[in-house]
Amino acid sequence: MMTLKKIAVPVAALILFGLFWEFLVWVNGWPNYKMASPSDLWPAFWKFRWLFLDYGWDTLWRTVAGLLIAVVVGVLLGMVMGFSRTMRDALYPLLVGFNAIPKATVVPIIALMFVGQHDMNTILIAFLISFFPIAVSVSIGLSTLEPEYRDILAALGASKLTIFWKIALPKTLPEFFGALKVAVTLAFIGTNLMEIVEPHGRGLGHLFDSGKISADYPLMFAVLIALAVMGILLYYIVVALEHVFAGWAERTPQ
Amino acid sequence: MTDLIDIKGVRHAYKTASGPLPVLDGLDVAVPEGGFAAVVGPSGCGKSTLTRLIAGLMMPDAGEVLLQGKPVTGPRATVGMAFQNPVLLEWRTILQNVMLPLEIVPTKMSKAQQEERARSLLALVGLEGFEDKRPSELSGGMRQRASLCRAIVHKPEVLILDEPFGALDAFTREDLWQTMHRVKAEEPFTGVLITHDLRESIFLADQVVVLSGRPARTQYVMDIPGKGPRDLEELYTPEAAERLNILRQQIRIAQGRAAA
Repeated sequence: MMTLKKIAVPVAALILFGLFWEFLVWVNGWPNYKMASPSDLWPAFWKFRWLFLDYGWDTLWRTVAGLLIAVVVGVLLGMVMGFSRTMRDALYPLLVGFNAIPKATVVPIIALMFVGQHDMNTILIAFLISFFPIAVSVSIGLSTLEPEYRDILAALGASKLTIFWKIALPKTLPEFFGALKVAVTLAFIGTNLMEIVEPHGRGLGHLFDSGKISADYPLMFAVLIALAVMGILLYYIVVALEHVFAGWAERTPQ
Repeated sequence: MTDLIDIKGVRHAYKTASGPLPVLDGLDVAVPEGGFAAVVGPSGCGKSTLTRLIAGLMMPDAGEVLLQGKPVTGPRATVGMAFQNPVLLEWRTILQNVMLPLEIVPTKMSKAQQEERARSLLALVGLEGFEDKRPSELSGGMRQRASLCRAIVHKPEVLILDEPFGALDAFTREDLWQTMHRVKAEEPFTGVLITHDLRESIFLADQVVVLSGRPARTQYVMDIPGKGPRDLEELYTPEAAERLNILRQQIRIAQGRAAA
C-alpha cells in the first residue's frame, strides 16, 4: 500500500505536468520552433532512437567515469584537509578560487588543450566540476569529529588508520552522500557542456548541438527530456547507495 | 602494597597563544586495587586532564603516573573509558557497539564468547532485549548503560569515568548509581570517577579526592568506609549529611571563597 502510493504520487505528478505543458503550448498556439510540446517529442525520439541509445550511453559512461575520479580525488583531498590543519589552510583558498571559476569558461580551454580527445576532455570536465563538494564535505566531516570518538579507540592503543576505518570514515558517510547527490548533477552538467562545445564529439550534448544546427526544435527538447531522465536515474542510484551504506543516519518519521 | 593507580606530584600545563596555562600542579591520587576514587573540584580545574593522563593519551610535564608501579608511557589496552557523551557509533547495533573494544584489544575469547560476554554485560545493566537496537532508538540513560558495558567489556584493569551521569535527569542518574554498584559487585574494577555531584561521589566511591582551583593540586581526601553495594537510603543518614557538609566546605575553599 505504502509502496504503491510512493510510486503512484510522483507518476501522477509527471503526467499532470506533461498535460499542463501540452495544454500551454496548445492554448497559446506556439509553433514547435518556439516551444515544442510533449506530443512533438515522441516522433523525435523515434526518428533518432539509435542515436539516442548510442549517444546516451556515451554521456552516461563519461559522467560516471568523471564522477568516480571526482570521488577518489575529492575523498583524498578531503582526508588531507580533514586531518591536517596546515593543509587545510593551504588548500582551501586554492580550491575555493578554482571552484569560483565558471566551468563554461574552462570548457573551451580544455577542448583546445587536448584537441580531439573527446572522451578524456569530457571526463575531465565532469571531474573538475564535481569534486569540490565532495572534498569539502569529507574534510568538514573529518575535522569536526568529536575528540571523545577518537579517544574511545585511541585509549586502547588503536592506530590512526584503525580509528579512520572504524570511526571517522563511517561517521563521514552521510555528509559524503549529501555531497555526492550534488556532485552527480554537477558532473552531468560538465559532461554536456563539453559535448555541446566539441565538434564531432558524440554524446547527448552533441545530439543537442546537431538539433540546433538543423533547426530541429523537437529534437532539442527530446534531448533535454532524455538528459532529465538520465539525471533522475543517476540521482536515485546515489540515493540507493546511500540507503545501503549510510541508511543508519535516516530517521524514521514518528 | 603498591597502589594500582599512583599519581605523584603531577604537573601539567597547556600551551596557549598567551603562554603556558598550568592546569595541574602537585596532584596526588592513589587508588588501591579494587578501589574506586571520585575526583571532585571546581569546574575547569583540570579533572578531564587527569583522565587523559591516566589513559596515557597525554604525558605529564613533571611528576609520575604509575599503573601497578610502572610509569604510563602511552595508551594501553588495559584501560576502559566512558564519558558524559556516550559516543555510541550510530551505524552499529548496541551489541556491536559494546563489542568494539574487543576488535582492538588482543583477546583469547572466540567470536562466540565475545558476543556471549557482551550480552551478559548488557543483561547486567538492564539492557536485555535491546542488543539489536540502534543507539538512536535508546533513551539517554540506556545509551549511558551501553557505554558503560563497552568500557568494561575487555576487562580493563582501570576504569575511567569522566562525568558519565552528568547529562542525565536526577531519577535516571540514581538508577545508574545503583547499576554501578551491581556492576562493581559482578565485575570488580579499579576506577576513577570524575564528577560534579557530591552525592554521587560519596554514594559510589570509597575515596573522594577534592582538587583545588586551577592549577589543581590535591586539596583534601576523604575515605568512605564500607565495602560492597550501598543502598540509596544511605544518602539520607546523618553520616552522609556530615560528609556532604565537609565536602561542600572543601569545594568552597577550592573555589577561593572562605569556608562558611
